Amino acid sequence: MLKNITLGQYFPGNTAIHRLDPRTKLIWLVGYIVALFLAKGWGGYALMLLILIAVASTAHIRAAALLRGLKPLIFIVIFTAILNLFYGEGEPLVQIWVLKITADGIRTAIFMVLRIMLLVCGSFLLTYTTAPMQLTDGMETLLSPLKRLHVPVHELAMMMSIALRFIPTLIEETDKIMSAQKARGASFDTGTLRERASALLPLLVPLFVSAFRRADELATAMECRCYHSGDGRTRMHTLRFAGADITALALCAGMIAAVCLLRGAGL
Amino acid sequence: MPILTVEHLTHVYSPGTPLEKTAIEDVSLEIEKGQLLGVIGHTGSGKSTFIQHLDGLLKPTSGVVRFNGADINADKALLRNVRFQVGLVFQYPEYQLFEETVFRDIAFGPKNMGLDEAEVRERVAEAAAFVGVPEALMEASPLELSGGQKRRVAIAGVIAMRPEVLILDEPTAGLDPAGRESILKNICAYQKSSGAAVLLISHSMDEVARIADRLIVFHDGHVAMDGTPAEVFGQAPMLKEMGLTVPAATEIALALRARGVALPDGIYTISHLQELLCAMGREGGIC
Repeated sequence: MLKNITLGQYFPGNTAIHRLDPRTKLIWLVGYIVALFLAKGWGGYALMLLILIAVASTAHIRAAALLRGLKPLIFIVIFTAILNLFYGEGEPLVQIWVLKITADGIRTAIFMVLRIMLLVCGSFLLTYTTAPMQLTDGMETLLSPLKRLHVPVHELAMMMSIALRFIPTLIEETDKIMSAQKARGASFDTGTLRERASALLPLLVPLFVSAFRRADELATAMECRCYHSGDGRTRMHTLRFAGADITALALCAGMIAAVCLLRGAGL
Repeated sequence: MPILTVEHLTHVYSPGTPLEKTAIEDVSLEIEKGQLLGVIGHTGSGKSTFIQHLDGLLKPTSGVVRFNGADINADKALLRNVRFQVGLVFQYPEYQLFEETVFRDIAFGPKNMGLDEAEVRERVAEAAAFVGVPEALMEASPLELSGGQKRRVAIAGVIAMRPEVLILDEPTAGLDPAGRESILKNICAYQKSSGAAVLLISHSMDEVARIADRLIVFHDGHVAMDGTPAEVFGQAPMLKEMGLTVPAATEIALALRARGVALPDGIYTISHLQELLCAMGREGGIC
């Protein structure tokens, strides 16, 4: 039952988007978010939506997959929409007591919802098309200037990689322990809230014990191979910018410029 | 009537996704009370999937599993009852220990059955005695025990439910020879005294050859062979073709036959081989 959870969200593929350097994609995402906040009118938002659709179709990501990512956010989206709906200025179209809905309010509500949705979908496109390990590699390289400020960039990236690596392992482990306790008559889906909470104990205790055991074993294995995080580490897969990455970055700059122009034109 | 009946059981993992995989296909079997079955087959042959159907942890994609004639997946109350009657000991069961004391961990199953305090105590003591967990350890934390003792406690936790069918998935994996031997003895003892059916999954052919009275061989999600150890190990070439080994005694007997010693088929224990060879030696039959 836990196998249905999609974590890491990576859809393997070999499209132009999948092949891009993870750093390019990260910069693109930042650029996209900046552009999204610069967009002001219908023209700007339409451009952002078009770009998203173009990227998604190049990467062969179906709309259903993107929309599924939005599901947990439904509440926030609706909340934002309602809040913005009543905060517009100008002539009220409908007035109920002190609450008034104006044309301006409707406009802002639509834009805010669109902005949240595009923001989330854009981020999902990144994780859908980039393997988690590549993503951490890319982040580490992009953040490496912070090392001068004594931010432990490598250590943070390593922690993230290890965490990502162990998610499937721990899910499998949870599944196994659940089965074993069910075989002894434990039930995880019946009873009152209190009963259910205490029913989790036979699951959580072994899970924690094994997580600590694994962490310990991993630490020993890393030390046995003289792992250290200092300078002079080389990597197995070195990240390299290719021609496509230059083009992509140019397009990113173009996108921001276009949005600025549209904003200037009041669209 | 057989205690467990499996009819045309098929299980497909993640149907309708790119990861779809048929683990077992059209498996039909009958398991009688008092049988000690060895289940063999290499990794990925479907044996673990198969046993998880027997106590309803996995639902069949198609097919029926019957306990005493009733479909176990028919209703929830029955299923819960079946879980107590069909005891399943997973691989490395020591990783499921969670209670503060050994006693309470073994008592987890019986308590879930809703038995009263006295009955629980009696069953825990009985189960602990079966697997050789000393009285002195009952109040210790299960996490402080040695690997072999943890395994015993975990097995006791299932035996304490007094299941009519006891299924063990590689109960001796990762133990030293003495530990293996004594756990196997305990399992045989439980089977004899309770009259339960016991299914033992094992990768050690010598182990199953010695204690099982019926063998089931899984291959590629199907039951490839089903018979007495003599019948199954009599087909050594077929087993080897499936990537499985045969007991050492069978191996030796085959090698001797290849050199002209007149030995029959279906030798699978060292003692049987020894007996035959000694008899031949007395008659002067060898060379």
